[in-house]
Amino acid sequence: MTARAHVGLPRWLYVPALLGMVFVLLPLVAMVSRVEWGDFGSLVSSPSARDALWLSLRTSTTSTALCVLMGVPMAFVLARTSFPGQPVVRAFVLLPLVIPPVVSGIALLYTFGRRGLLGSTLEVLGIEVAFSTAAVVMAQTFVALPFLVISLEGALRTAGQRYEVVAATLGAPPRTVFRRVSLPLVLPGLLSGTVLAFARSLGEFGATITFAGSLQGTTTTLPTQIYLERVTDPDAAVALSLVLVVVAVVVITVARPGRGAV
Amino acid sequence: MSAVGRAGLVCDVEVATRDVAARIEVAPGETVALLGPNGAGKSTVLDVVAGLVAPSRGGVTLGGRDLTGVPPHRRRVALLAQEPLLFPHLSVLDNVAFGPRSRGAGRAASRDLARTWLVRVGIEDLADRRPARLSGGQAQRAALARALAAEPELLLLDEPMAALDVDVAPAVRQVLHAVLADRSVVVVTHDPLDALLLADRVAVLEQGRVVESGSTSEVLTRPRSAFAARLAGLNLVPGRWDGLAVTHADATVTGLPVERSPDAGADVVAVFSPSAVAVHAEAPTGSPRNSLAALVTDVEPLGDRVRVRTRVGDLPISAEVTPAAVVELGLVPGSRVHLAVKAVEVRVHAARRT
Repeated sequence: MTARAHVGLPRWLYVPALLGMVFVLLPLVAMVSRVEWGDFGSLVSSPSARDALWLSLRTSTTSTALCVLMGVPMAFVLARTSFPGQPVVRAFVLLPLVIPPVVSGIALLYTFGRRGLLGSTLEVLGIEVAFSTAAVVMAQTFVALPFLVISLEGALRTAGQRYEVVAATLGAPPRTVFRRVSLPLVLPGLLSGTVLAFARSLGEFGATITFAGSLQGTTTTLPTQIYLERVTDPDAAVALSLVLVVVAVVVITVARPGRGAV
Repeated sequence: MSAVGRAGLVCDVEVATRDVAARIEVAPGETVALLGPNGAGKSTVLDVVAGLVAPSRGGVTLGGRDLTGVPPHRRRVALLAQEPLLFPHLSVLDNVAFGPRSRGAGRAASRDLARTWLVRVGIEDLADRRPARLSGGQAQRAALARALAAEPELLLLDEPMAALDVDVAPAVRQVLHAVLADRSVVVVTHDPLDALLLADRVAVLEQGRVVESGSTSEVLTRPRSAFAARLAGLNLVPGRWDGLAVTHADATVTGLPVERSPDAGADVVAVFSPSAVAVHAEAPTGSPRNSLAALVTDVEPLGDRVRVRTRVGDLPISAEVTPAAVVELGLVPGSRVHLAVKAVEVRVHAARRT
């Protein structure tokens, strides 16, 4: 990486910048200061806490995998093709980014719930989705998918099609271009999109509790557990919050968005 | 099936959206230079031939194959652009091996083929480098090797030397000259020297139409289009190489071969800039200069210099002198003068058969 040029910034700019940083960091510091370190071990290793953490990691990993499986093709279709109504399609794909998660949860409920659009069909097939672990994964995938699509689509647009054109004139059929040129070129964007999707899945709460409810070990993810403990056992809620923050920080530093981007 | 690398091209197309209607033909093994000002449609023609732009009318046939509706990867037409566009995530060797690999060759066989091409363009020692660690000239050689390793039936070059430093361009040009012989090639260029050295024929494109075409030296010595005339701003003496000088019916010009010395009797061209030409009232004596008796046909101001157009016999030669010299020598159309050109200023190139 090259050293940044020192053009300089107007001095006043540092004041709001600093204010913003304090605003983001202070609540974290406040939370950490409230942790009962003496009971920390027992608080985070209670059966319900361990179940919630384990469930969160499992469901977030699964939903991230689903996001990659569906999101990569979606990003390619949006970035590399043009068809009538494409802007509308893109807007709808990105909708979960801006609607409140609880609304997403309700929408899922009316689609896959017992009395939802597909619910009766699924019931005939003996599949009940709502209030199951599968529902947790679906809620997380629904809200996290746009994060992956939007960062990968951006990376694809930035990379442009010039390398793909060269590859085609060298005789590479589309599948070879995709595998050996397009994907490797946008790998940093894909990686940061995946990390964002995982982080979003891990923190998902509103859509999850609406669509999947809260059953220990089945649908109670860490954020849900924290929300429930907040009233009954504030010390446990703070301790679990810290765990979630640490997991998120680890994920973000292992694969920081933008690292290695060209 | 035509021989690899030398299929004949007929491209007779119209692209309405870009106002291009052109017919370009390339005989098997021939190199055609496509000249023309910016925006004339040169790159559009290449895009159509490569299958990247669909023509609104007409079609492209290559070696007798109709390419209508054939996707780029099945055309066997490779494109080398101004920028090398080497895949940044692959080593130089794997870049060059990309074409053979894509067409189904094994990894080892593709790499062997890639190595032979790296040797031919003179960068075999850079095989393991990443493209980011190549100089401009090295990268363009690698891109050329990559295009040729794909064994195209037709090679398209879009200003292959425009992005190169002036001091590396000659070496790349020489490599091109060596590897393009007997291939079917269309080269888009701004540089008359490229056209002279690389092309058998040139076609001049203006506003989407072919306004002139013919053998390279014909078009550049007797330009009929404005663009070719502007290109021909260089002085050019076609003739035979006698070991020291280029002999022409009207003039003998001593110069320095750019590449290895041509064979005696070979067709060559001597090229020199008008600014290398000095104008004298009397024939200069006892100096290692070319001296040519000339008749001034035109005197035209050119910024802070003056362009003096003359004829040496039938050969047009231009000189660039200071306004003071024009006054001192009393230069007007009809003046008889002697032109002096230092031999070291004259570049001698092998001419393609015309």
